[in-house]
Amino acid sequence: MINQIYRLVSPRQFEISYNDKWIASSDVVVRPTHLSICAADQRYFTGTRGEKAMKEKLPMSLIHEGVGEVVYDPENILPVGTKVVMVPNNPTEIDEFVAENYLRTSQFRSSGYDGFMQDYVFMDRGRLVELPQDIDMDVAAFTELVTITVHALSRFEQKANKRRGSFGVWGDGNLGYITCLLLKKLYPESEVIIFGKTDYKMNHFSFADRAIKVGDIPDGFEVDHAIECAGGIGSQYALDEIIEHIKPEGTVCLLGVSEHPIEVNTRMVLEKGLTLIGSSRSGAADFQRTVDIYKDYPEVVDYLSTLIGNVYDVTSLEEAANAFETDLSNSWGKTIMRWKI
Amino acid sequence: MIYAGILAGGKGTRMGNVPMPKQFLLLNEKPIIVHTIEKFLLNNKLNKIIIATPKEWMNHTKDVLKKYKIDLPKVEITEGGSDRNGTIMAIVEHIKQHHGLTPEDILVTHDAVRPFLTHRIIEQNIELGLQHTAVDTVIEAIDTIVESTGGDYISSIPVRGHMYQGQTPQTFNIEKLQELYGKLTDDEKEILTDACKIFAIKGEKVKLLRGEIFNIKVTTPYDLKVANAILQGSIDK
Repeated sequence: MINQIYRLVSPRQFEISYNDKWIASSDVVVRPTHLSICAADQRYFTGTRGEKAMKEKLPMSLIHEGVGEVVYDPENILPVGTKVVMVPNNPTEIDEFVAENYLRTSQFRSSGYDGFMQDYVFMDRGRLVELPQDIDMDVAAFTELVTITVHALSRFEQKANKRRGSFGVWGDGNLGYITCLLLKKLYPESEVIIFGKTDYKMNHFSFADRAIKVGDIPDGFEVDHAIECAGGIGSQYALDEIIEHIKPEGTVCLLGVSEHPIEVNTRMVLEKGLTLIGSSRSGAADFQRTVDIYKDYPEVVDYLSTLIGNVYDVTSLEEAANAFETDLSNSWGKTIMRWKI
Repeated sequence: MIYAGILAGGKGTRMGNVPMPKQFLLLNEKPIIVHTIEKFLLNNKLNKIIIATPKEWMNHTKDVLKKYKIDLPKVEITEGGSDRNGTIMAIVEHIKQHHGLTPEDILVTHDAVRPFLTHRIIEQNIELGLQHTAVDTVIEAIDTIVESTGGDYISSIPVRGHMYQGQTPQTFNIEKLQELYGKLTDDEKEILTDACKIFAIKGEKVKLLRGEIFNIKVTTPYDLKVANAILQGSIDK
């Protein structure tokens, strides 16, 4: 079969390429139905990813947040029509100690490896997680983003001390929202505080116990643990505040991606005996846990639906480019492409 | 029921000195028809995929499907007719005999030698085919179309903005197609080489659907070279 792959060839320019695939090979064939645009995709789309990376990685199909339906399973295990979320990380080896998303040999879609902007995606069976069949697919589209939080919290649970009185989340964007939401569900007894800087964004965090403006934190205010979801240069300011307001032997989860090397007040890290855990991406197990959370706490899916910004039907590459363009001017929420190309 | 009819009636006359009908020529080491059928197999709204091929090539078609593991219950093979419309009507006959016909049934017909079609094109053919009695997949004319009745001089140059190039799939309400085809005289059947034209000439509306420039028909050695080049020029990633 000739499979169309919609690739970014240079900033703001998509082109079609064609790959020969065989449906009777070992992979499960999935038709992507709902794709969600991530900031990382935008860095390629706009060309801000840096000249070297652009040269190395393009042409490449974007998008690593997406869901679809099984259209063909050569082994007849997954019924046709099964709704699935696609795991963008593709490990090529197994390591006893290192998780699949930290192995340097793993391939990650829309980062050096074709993403989900394709006519059909050929997926290894282990890279698919079945969704509840009645789920809102516009929400499910950005499940990958939710797995980032789930993965970070799994690492936190393994490594942090057992005190669970309060959590501080720095960053009032999409990831901060998801993190506050999941903390409140998984630790209903704990106090969850959002630290942000934009009023209209912070107003969305109705489930958080408190909302505090950064730069306006009362003296002596303390949290047991903190999660940094700021990203960019904001990561540095967030980390400064976290180190100041976290209790000794607290754990700091670092989730925000920064293009800049940032300064860290290591003196206080040492004095307080803090643990800093870096997290990036996620693996198939995190996707499974996320889908289990959707099933156990259906209200999570309802809350997540408030993150949906623009939803576009995409039937051509021009419409895809328009979706990326308008997403750029949105400061809150996710842009979903209903993939009808 | 929603049927796909794959028109594989060609005997390769336009391909020159090749030993086989053009649908069996290899595109990136796989017969063109296999590429095409694989794409149709991935659309689960289609209940059956019926391939119409010359009688002498029916066994070969079966063997090829088997070799590429797409000899699935959904795929059926029937003998084609003497021309394009005859082949479409042979598929209709096959449906009537084996599955029965209801007024809602539609048939998405497609050239076996257009392997580059997309999910959207099939999907929209089904969607619009359920709403209209006939649907034609077209692209806007790229070159200026020049009409010449004698072949020596221009008779007219139509407005390019009104000109489209016909591709496939073409989708029809099967009962309506049968009804219209049944009314044609033998002479009319001779002239009306395109099934959509039957609808248009009988005053039925034919809905247009956006095709793709790359949805090419591989009918000449040049097309085959282009098709292979398009595929091999795309690196895997």
